[in-house]
Amino acid sequence: MPESPTPAPPVPQAPGRRALSPKSIAVWSLVGLVGAIGWATLALSRGEEVSAAWMLAAALGSYAIAYRFYSRFIANRVLKADKNRATPAERLDNGVDFHPTDRRVLFGHHFAAIAGAGPLVGPVLAAQMGYLPGTIWLVVGVIFAGAVQDMVTLFFSTRRNGRSLGQMARDEIGPVGGIAALIAVFIIMIILLAVLALVIVNALAHSPWGVFSIGMTIPIALFMGVYLRILRPGKVSEVSLIGVALLLLAIVSGGWVAESSWADFFTLEPGTLVIWMIVYGFLASVLPVWLLLAPRDYLSTFMKVGTIGLLALGVIVALPTLKMPAVTDFASSGSGPVFAGSMFPFVFITIACGALSGFHSLVSSGTTPKMVQKETQIRMIGYGAMLVESFVAIMAMIAACIIDPGLYFAINAPVGVIGDSVQSASEAVAHFGFTITPDALAQAAKDVEETSLLSRTGGAPTFALGMAEIFSAVIGGTAMKAFWYHFAIMFEALFILTTVDAGTRVGRFMLQDMLGNAYKPFREVSWKPGVWFASAVVVGGWGYFLWVGVHDPLGGINQLFPLFGIANQLLAAVALAVCTTLLVKSGRLKWAWVTAVPLAWDVAVTLTASWQKIFSPDVKVGFFAQRDKYQAGIDAGEVLPPAKNMDDMQTVVTNSTVDGVLCALFALLIIVVLVDAGRVCFNAIRDPESVKLHETPYVESKLVAPASIFATKEEKAELAAAGVGPEGGIRKETAGTGSRT
Amino acid sequence: MTLADVRRVAGRIRWYVRELTGESTYDRYVAHARAHDPDTPVMDRRAFEHSRTDAREADPREGFRCC
Repeated sequence: MPESPTPAPPVPQAPGRRALSPKSIAVWSLVGLVGAIGWATLALSRGEEVSAAWMLAAALGSYAIAYRFYSRFIANRVLKADKNRATPAERLDNGVDFHPTDRRVLFGHHFAAIAGAGPLVGPVLAAQMGYLPGTIWLVVGVIFAGAVQDMVTLFFSTRRNGRSLGQMARDEIGPVGGIAALIAVFIIMIILLAVLALVIVNALAHSPWGVFSIGMTIPIALFMGVYLRILRPGKVSEVSLIGVALLLLAIVSGGWVAESSWADFFTLEPGTLVIWMIVYGFLASVLPVWLLLAPRDYLSTFMKVGTIGLLALGVIVALPTLKMPAVTDFASSGSGPVFAGSMFPFVFITIACGALSGFHSLVSSGTTPKMVQKETQIRMIGYGAMLVESFVAIMAMIAACIIDPGLYFAINAPVGVIGDSVQSASEAVAHFGFTITPDALAQAAKDVEETSLLSRTGGAPTFALGMAEIFSAVIGGTAMKAFWYHFAIMFEALFILTTVDAGTRVGRFMLQDMLGNAYKPFREVSWKPGVWFASAVVVGGWGYFLWVGVHDPLGGINQLFPLFGIANQLLAAVALAVCTTLLVKSGRLKWAWVTAVPLAWDVAVTLTASWQKIFSPDVKVGFFAQRDKYQAGIDAGEVLPPAKNMDDMQTVVTNSTVDGVLCALFALLIIVVLVDAGRVCFNAIRDPESVKLHETPYVESKLVAPASIFATKEEKAELAAAGVGPEGGIRKETAGTGSRT
Repeated sequence: MTLADVRRVAGRIRWYVRELTGESTYDRYVAHARAHDPDTPVMDRRAFEHSRTDAREADPREGFRCC
């Protein structure tokens, strides 16, 4: 698209420059003080248990200050969000995919789309280094990187009629960077799905209760799908209520099944679960959307919003104490059993979602920009929703840190490290420097009616245990613990299965698009052989890594999770590089540091992690060092633990090679995107006349709507003068024949 | 709190849930179509909801969920 023929009028008033009233100075000083006391208590207490209240104070205080000051600065000074400029939703309003949506509704949509199992898993794993490193990164990361990425991507996509990240990379950087970004997204999707599926398999293996309740979600979703398609089309609220009621019944009846003679039938080995997951993933992605995906989506959104709300209430009411030390020895030694490597860079890789998640840039440049009413609302939706996701991650950190650290390590260390009995686990935990008796380990499993909690890696069981602890303190006591544990497992499994289904479809769609270049019919979604083939490739891709993850003698999560983290942060680097390029190209060079600084940090983290994963001589960290060690073992005819036989040895060699090559590929892609973006920025600075922006031309907005959750006094007056309700709308005198309000 | 207040709050909650779940999309579609041309034929609810899920079938990137 050519440049705007009529240049946009300057953005009126910069409200950020208004002097603060004494009252608001007092209020914000108090908020700052609360946050500072929270941080001080968290950081300075050594050797005693700290209340989770301090973590809440530190996080919420920091979020409030960041939202009030930093996000406002970005909106007004950096982006110059213009309330007089019509958004795509207003200009292209078709009542379906483009339509101006109430800011509070869109906030809900956007939050439901960005928050999933990710923020619940990463912090749990990062807790092996203590609660402090992860918490600092969650709060600082979201304020200066994650929320900034989401908001700026949303802003630029809104200025481009909701173009996707990949399209913006191609338009604004060039074909090379664009293709690298596209390939990156595809491979990242595969790894993401594999790791999430692995989390589920680890939580459900040998758990008849869990397998039965999760299995029941399939008929429940099918029923809801038929209800919405045939019986009562569009009645989403009522069918979701029925679905949630059936879901609770499925959780309760899982307990009965586990105690009945059916238990054996639902007790599955991890390998069997992998096969089921792969079959499910394939079928789910070729079945019609209305039958399985759409109803599952409604169900998981209801559960997500409801449970996160309950969890926040539970944490505030119960105010548990953190039993994990602030910083453990693993932070500096890098020899932790959950994931290997030292604090820098691996805490920042492990916690992606909740601090900085590249995947959000796909949502921020997808559905949301087509529905924003006003540019000024981008701050609340982009920045605000990400702060809430970070808060969800903080709650996951709390859940992981309130359970006994000995139990935490017994759950999260791979079987190769702690063995498969409570005795061996208790001894191994003692080596880590924590104590837990074999009896206590057995009792913890009994409390939640599982046969064992040992080596249930992947974060979900730990989170579920913490959540059960919090909820049972508020409702039901110990008697309800098993129910709450399985409730939490179900809640995570539901998201993950929805993501597996939706992600496989997106991967398939991208693959079909790419294959369509070679053979046209692949592009057609109605051409069944193409759909089946592309689905099989995508499912085969993540299925391979899932299989590997379950059978890796070194432990799947600690091998694959760093890859997933690197991949996600790589995508964030792509998004931040696109944002920085756009800031430079649109004449905002002065403010380019807003995304360039987090980009530099993210690149430092990602490349350091990749470097260590590829070149580290430490066999715990470096993939190729691992490969060499086990290959040498094979050559010498020796079996090296934790491998039990030569087959295991061979598995380690193959897996380490694949993981190492993939890691190198990620690093290469990120460098390609960065170099290409750097070239474009350099040219834009050297010769500003040559810049071609792909921004949609300025059109004056006729729509009036407040910017934040609550309308200010001025905004209320403006709404009243325009004659529209609190959700905003087109000014009455200019609304023409329309009956819209 | 009077009965009217309760009713008002319940109404707002109902409005929010309907908007968030997309239940009100059909009403908006009809209003939008009618606003432009009062005589234009509009799909009935069943056909509209079918077309909506079928669109998602065709391009699954819409409504993508994150990790």
